Order: sequence, then structure tokens, then C-alpha cells
Amino acid sequence: MIAAQPQTGTDTSPLLQTRKLTRILPAVVPVTLVQDVDFSVGTSEFVAITGPSGSGKSSLLYLLGLLDRPTSGEVLIEGCGTADLSSAEMASMRLAKIGFVFQFHFLLPEFTALENIMIPMQKLGRLSAHAQLEHATGLLVDLGLEDFLHRRPAQLSGGQRQRVAVARALANSPDLILADEPTGSLDSAATEQVFESLQAIVETQKTTVVAVTHDMDLAGRMQRRVHLVDGRIDYDRVQS
Amino acid sequence: MLLLRIASTHVRNRLRQTIVSTLGVALGVGFSVAMASLMEGSQRDFMTTLIEAIPHVEILDEKRNPAEQPATALYDAVAFHGLRPLEDLRGIRNPTEAIASLREWIDGDFAQRLSGQSVLRYSGQDIGMTLVGVVPGRELKVSKIREDMRAGSFEALDATANGLVIGRKAAERLGAELGDTVTLTSANGIAKRFKIVGLFHTGITTSDEGLAYAPLKAVQILLEKPDIINSISVRLADINDATRIAARAERQLGYKAVSWEEANEGLMEAFVVRNAIMYTVVGAILVVAGFGIFNIVSTIVHEKARDIAILKSLGFPETDIQQIFVLEGLVIGVLGAIAGCGLGFGLSSYLATVKFEVTTDIEMTRLPIHFSYVHYVLACLLALFSSGIAGLIPARKAAKLNPVDIIRGAT
Ligand SMILES: Nc1ncnc2c1ncn2[C@@H]1O[C@H](COP(=O)(O)OP(=O)(O)O)[C@@H](O)[C@H]1O
Ligand SMILES: [Mg+2]
Repeated sequence: MIAAQPQTGTDTSPLLQTRKLTRILPAVVPVTLVQDVDFSVGTSEFVAITGPSGSGKSSLLYLLGLLDRPTSGEVLIEGCGTADLSSAEMASMRLAKIGFVFQFHFLLPEFTALENIMIPMQKLGRLSAHAQLEHATGLLVDLGLEDFLHRRPAQLSGGQRQRVAVARALANSPDLILADEPTGSLDSAATEQVFESLQAIVETQKTTVVAVTHDMDLAGRMQRRVHLVDGRIDYDRVQS
Repeated sequence: MLLLRIASTHVRNRLRQTIVSTLGVALGVGFSVAMASLMEGSQRDFMTTLIEAIPHVEILDEKRNPAEQPATALYDAVAFHGLRPLEDLRGIRNPTEAIASLREWIDGDFAQRLSGQSVLRYSGQDIGMTLVGVVPGRELKVSKIREDMRAGSFEALDATANGLVIGRKAAERLGAELGDTVTLTSANGIAKRFKIVGLFHTGITTSDEGLAYAPLKAVQILLEKPDIINSISVRLADINDATRIAARAERQLGYKAVSWEEANEGLMEAFVVRNAIMYTVVGAILVVAGFGIFNIVSTIVHEKARDIAILKSLGFPETDIQQIFVLEGLVIGVLGAIAGCGLGFGLSSYLATVKFEVTTDIEMTRLPIHFSYVHYVLACLLALFSSGIAGLIPARKAAKLNPVDIIRGAT
């Protein structure tokens, strides 16, 4: 295992970088989820992660988003190593810099769309209460949800929920959004809406989106595609 | 604030369960408060009766340790054999001086007594009596004998040099009545005639059958102890000072001085035990209430595993997750404690109005209830402690949940 020296971030450091990232589940027969993944992502990129089912796409995303710790190797964010961070430090990193969108909407069922978006803002506490409300409303309006601000997740369609989830991922203006099959459970019309909203984020907000997808059509429309097979990078190419 | 909002949302959405566990806490707090009020009320009631009836400090003609033998003072020996203590006329000498010296620094009333054994004879019958020589005016200030008088009066002892007050039961046994003259004989064989000027009834058989009061002078003559007494009873303005005053009086006079607390040591210990039992029961009730809270918070943690994963993925640290569920326990605990205080107040107010008749007495008796905010504060603190712990156990489990496992499992 290579012990990476903690580095100080510079302007030239990529937003996200991995070094020989490996995750093995300890068991009687250990399961390798991700192995020796080396890649880096810069600002304002739109990256697709593809690969067959069980190839380790989700596992890689959890490692990139600091939800899981690697067995060996390291994730660097803006050039800073994350191996030595405590779980509380990892949490505050997630809060301020990373937004997640999962296949399943994962909204808090007891809160309205607006409240769901404001919860991470309140936790971070960077904006005043008034500014939070304004920002959250703006995010929902941008995603075409102005009529559903006060609806609970159960009162929304699948596509609407997923767009609320995208809005929530954007709540604290993160540098990086990680999406795990965000359109996996949606019909083609809703898929198109969610995809376009992610694309708009990359274009207008200089935010990087790394999205796992099964949909080859969508993957083909992204700038770059990283293909995984058995937890390893099979190819990583920039598309026109 | 945010955490509290999330916590109370969880709790609100399980209204029925919340009400049930809140009721559990409320009943626990309510019954604890009512029980504590009743226990303390009865203890205070009993103490008041006791303190009214007995001297607060009693100075006796005894020493705590046997008197030092003159020989010990003269020779440097460890022990002497074959020596008998010096025969001495027992009693407190110079009572006037002793009382005057106490009066200088003690705020209260004093009454001196000389008691001894004698035989009362009337119409050919004899009964053994403890004869107490008193200064009536003073005795009335330190004892409750006036309330026990059934015929004649205690003050009449002042007017009649050889007056006698005895128990009504003793008089009935002898067939004597108010105004009759009886003969008292001391252990030394001296006899003197006394006139019954009062009859009392205390309800305590040994007193009612075997106690007689007479003027101090007459008793000193009968017992051949001129200007000697054998006890000084003190009734203090402030009874809480009794122990300190007794100790100081004992040092000053050299006689044994017993405070009411020392005299009733066994009783005081019994109260301590009683309170210990009470607090154990209160604790047990609140532990049971705690189980209710543990149950609901555990259920919420189980049902909310996905929300926990969401909050963690959003960037809430483990400490926040733990706090949310501890707060849920506390929210129920606080609601229960508030309701419980109301319940406890209502219950003890109701108990205070309950009257019942005691067969031997004509008066109606009420349950003695003592209202004190201490009971409420204590019960609430215990309830909050118990609900905090009950929330903490599942909350720690919640904080440890691995979000990745839950997110994977959700698809
Ligand atoms: N807790 C686990 N125990 C055993 N195998 C697991 C566990 N989690 C994931 N796996 C396996 O690891 C592999 C990678 O999983 P995942 O990252 O979810 O793949 P993908 O998202 O590409 O479908 C899969 O074969 C999956 O079955
Ligand atoms: Mg997956």
C-alpha cells in the first residue's frame, strides 16, 4: 500500500482524485468491490460511470463521496488527502462540498420539498434564514417545481421527487455532485427532465457531476465516460 | 434547534405510541409526587405531635461515663479492684443556679422535676406510683399535660401545697374521686397525705395508671431530697438547634443532656429507612416509564434507518444523529413530567380532602399531605434522567448505523 503524504491543495490540484483506490469487504471469502482505481476529475466536468451490474459503480461512488472508507489507496479532494479525517470531519466535508443523488429519491418523508432542501442549509448555517428560504425556493423554481414547494415526497411523482433530490444536492452549492443512477427508476420523459437539470448544473454553476448510469444513450451524451468492469477501470475516455 | 425539529417530527408522527409512553412517565411522576407528599406529610404530622409531647432537650442527673474514682486521680494505675463507687446522693444540686446559667444563652422554657417511686394508698388499696414533683407554672410551659386534664386542673397544684394530680384510670382502680385525700409513702418509709386536685387521661396506660404529679417542694420533702431535682426539661424556640444545645449544656453542667433527636434515635432511623423505601419505589416506577420510552425510541430508530442514512449522507455527524434520538426520549420525558406534575398535584390535593373517622376518637382525621416543590423537582429530574438514558441506548445504535448498508439495501 502506498502511504500518500497529506498534501496541501493548490489551484492546480484537481477537484477530485483517487490513488490506487481499493475497497475489499472483509469476509470469509473477501469481496473486492473496487480495485486500484486511479483517476481524477476537474471542475465543471460531467462524467458518466458505466459498467455492468455488480461492477462496483455504487461502491466507487460511496468512496468518492466519503460515505465509505477505502481498504487501501486514497481519495483526495482539492489535493487534500482524506484518509486521516475523522468521521465527523468527513461529515462536514460532505455537508459543504458534496451533494448526493441516489436512484431512490431518499427525501425525508415527513418534510415538504422546501424543508427537505433547507435542512442541509440549516445544518451548514452559512446563509441567514431568509436567504436560505430564497435560495431553496430558487432552486426548486429553476427545476420547474414552483407549484410543489409545500408538498411532501409522497404527494410528488417519481420525476418530481428526483428533481427535488437534485435541488437538495445543490442546496449548499457543492463543488461535486455524485449521482447513482438518478434516472434508474424513471420513465423516459422524467429521465430527460432530470438529465437536463444535471446538465444545466454543470453548465451554469461550474459544478462537477459524476453520474452512474445504465442508460447508454445518456452516457453517450456526457463529456467523459469511465467504464468499470469487476471493480477496475476498463476504459476512461473523453467523448465529443 | 434543527435537531429538535427533526426529533419532534418523528415523535409527532407516532402520536398513539407517544401518548402511551408520555402517560407512562406522567403516571410515574404523578404517583411519585403524591406518594412523596403523603409520606412527608405523615412524617411531619407525626413529628409535630411528637415534638409537642416531649421536651426538646432533657437534662438528666446522670453522667455519660462513670464518675472517676478519687483513687484514679491520685495514683497512676490502670485499674482498681475491690473499690466501690462513692455512695452519693443522686440528683442535680443547685437547680436554680443551673437553670439560670442555661437561661443566659438558651431561648426557650425550662421546667425542673424531681421524680421517684412511692406507694399510693387509698381505702386499703396500694398502687406503686412514679411521683413527679413539678413547678406547675413551668411544667405547663414545656408539656401538654393541660390538654390531657379530664377533671380538676393542673394549675390547682400551685394553690394546694399538698395537691396531687393522678391518672383517671388509677383513680378508678382505687375508687378515689376528685377532692379525696390519699396517702403517699416513699421508699424510705416517709408518709404524707395528698389531696387529689386533678385527673388526667393521656391514652398511654403506664402514665394513666402509674404517674402522679405533685408540687416540687412536697415531693422533695417526701423523698428527703431538699433542693435537689433530677431532670430539667427544655422547650426550645427553635427545635432544629436541639442537638447543638444539648451538647453544649452537657459540657457546661456535666450532666447528661439528651436532645429529642437522640431520645428518638430509633424513630429517626425508621424514617430514614421509610424514605429509602419510598425513593426505591419511585425509582422503580420511573425505570418502568423509561422502558416505555426505550421501546418507542427503539421503534423509531428501526423505522427511521433510511432517514438516518439520508441525514448522514447529507453531512450530519454521528453526534447529531445520537442527539436527535436522545432528544426524542427527552421530549417524551418532558411532556410526561409536565403532565405528571399536574397529575401529582391533583392527586395529592384530592387526597388532602379525604376524611375518615378513627373509631377511638370523635374527631375527623384528614390524610396529612405536605406540598413541597422539592417533590416535583425531584420526580421531574428522575423522569428526565430516566428518559435521557432510555433514549440514549437506541440513539447510540442509530449513530453507529452504516449509511452505505442502508442505501444499498434500499434498492
Ligand atoms: N455487503 C455486501 N456483501 C457482499 N457483497 C456485496 C456487498 N455489497 C456489495 N456487494 C457486491 O459487490 C459488488 C459491487 O457492488 P456495487 O458497487 O453495488 O455494484 P454496481 O453499483 O456496479 O451494481 C456486487 O457484486 C455486489 O453484489
Ligand atoms: Mg449500483
